Amino acid sequence: MLGAMALLLAGLSAVWMLQGIGGGNRGFILGLRGTKLAALVTVATAIGVATILFQTVASNRVLTPSIMGFDALYVLLQTGLVVVLGGAGLAGLPPGPKFLSEIAVMTVLASLLFGTLLLRGARDVPRMILTGVILGVLFRSLSGFLGRILDPNEFAVVQSVSFASFNRVDATLLPWAAAITAAAVLAAWRLSARLDVLALGRDPAVSLGLAHRGMVLGVLGLVAVLVSVSTALVGPVPFFGLIVAGLAHGLMRSARHAALLPAAALSAAILLVGGQWLFERQLGQAATLSVVVEFAGGLFFLYLLLKGRIR
Amino acid sequence: MIQIQGVSHAIGGTPILHDITTTLPKGRLTALIGPNGAGKSTLLRLVGRLEPLQQGRITVAGHDVATTPTDRLARVMAILGQQTAIASRLRLAELVAFGRWPHHKGRPGPQDQAQVWLALKAFALTDLADRFLDEVSGGQAQRAHIAMAWAQDTDWMLLDEPLNNLDMSHARSLMARLRGLVDQGGRSVAIVVHEINYAAAWADHVIALKGGRVVAQGTAAEVLTEARLSELYETPIRVGTHQGRPLVLHHA
Repeated sequence: MLGAMALLLAGLSAVWMLQGIGGGNRGFILGLRGTKLAALVTVATAIGVATILFQTVASNRVLTPSIMGFDALYVLLQTGLVVVLGGAGLAGLPPGPKFLSEIAVMTVLASLLFGTLLLRGARDVPRMILTGVILGVLFRSLSGFLGRILDPNEFAVVQSVSFASFNRVDATLLPWAAAITAAAVLAAWRLSARLDVLALGRDPAVSLGLAHRGMVLGVLGLVAVLVSVSTALVGPVPFFGLIVAGLAHGLMRSARHAALLPAAALSAAILLVGGQWLFERQLGQAATLSVVVEFAGGLFFLYLLLKGRIR
Repeated sequence: MIQIQGVSHAIGGTPILHDITTTLPKGRLTALIGPNGAGKSTLLRLVGRLEPLQQGRITVAGHDVATTPTDRLARVMAILGQQTAIASRLRLAELVAFGRWPHHKGRPGPQDQAQVWLALKAFALTDLADRFLDEVSGGQAQRAHIAMAWAQDTDWMLLDEPLNNLDMSHARSLMARLRGLVDQGGRSVAIVVHEINYAAAWADHVIALKGGRVVAQGTAAEVLTEARLSELYETPIRVGTHQGRPLVLHHA
């Protein structure tokens, strides 16, 4: 199954890279398309893996990091930076180190906040979900408020991170983002046997000798890193992770993370590359991928809610 | 031996346990009894490090539960809390196989698989091995959870109300299995039990808790007397004998 998905992704990528390539400036076209392909695959992997990790920590198949406000926290962080440093000051910082320090701050904040929430509220799932959703709204309103008091020019800087777009990807960040994603995914992969135990819930996991608290905080840290990467590259896409995690669970019919993690990453990459190809090359940009993904994802979320899958 | 020294515990400001000092003897089947809210489950969860210790000290076979690494403890004792739903979709055999995790840490060998198979067989689950956990009855799921703790193959086994959801014959065969673990395997078992006659018929050692304090402890014959039980449960209880063991008559 994973092999077939990898083949499909390879085929799609080949079509993406080589379709209609003429005798013109091949190097330029391939470079442009390659950047975009790398960005799509990076974002897809980050979102897919982050969602599976978060669902395992939260013992819940309906939650995603975005629904709980992870990406809203990142946007707030960005807006705060613009307020403090000003748009020009922000643009003057070297992009790589700036990105790394943002991710570090985000990881610490998210682990503290959501770690407290998950470790304290684990027995009261509805309260935990509600708190997460409200935190998300709080972060969004705070960045909205900061946006209002900003200079319009500086607000434009904020805007680029607050709305999802797969068309304009920040190419300077891409090498950093890809490297960080690869490192985080590798870490998640090495933890996959322990993630299986974590997914049993707190009591069984502790009984089997898993260092539960450290594991929860570590996994939340990884989620924060991956969400920062995907939000920095394309902006928040709340429901995409939900579709991808649902697909991974449906396709694998196994609860083992060694299978779930690559399945989520691969199905996310297939959806993004395939969808972007469809909209960009076949439909002539008549719609945008992010809108369609959100629409489909929102419907899927409602379906899961109505089927009573929230636990 | 499990030693509990000066353990007090409060949940949300409400004191649950008051300065408990007692021991659970090695190589015996110990039953914790008492009315609802007596603190039995809390005490068992503290011993099994499912709750952090607030005050006092607990050692299991010489390992201090507060300071011993948790994966080391997982090879000394298995604890089964009261069952809650598991979010991931697991087959019964997969769940039971997790019991071997403390030993192989993600790389199961042939002896682990053999142990899992033995555990499935011991709890009459071989026919259900490929069924999903959310597709079997409460009693069957309960047996799978017990089989997981069994597969962990530790010197100590702590079970919180293991008889929940079990019918008469499975409850009896579970008690017989635990008895066998103690008598033939030289293991030690502690259970929280509400149906007092299971304690009367199978337990070596009984600890009675009430209002967060130990009110009686000793052999089943010593603790399960009319006076003690009537006081413990605040209801008149008669105790007869059957085949040399106490038989508690509480139905009428």
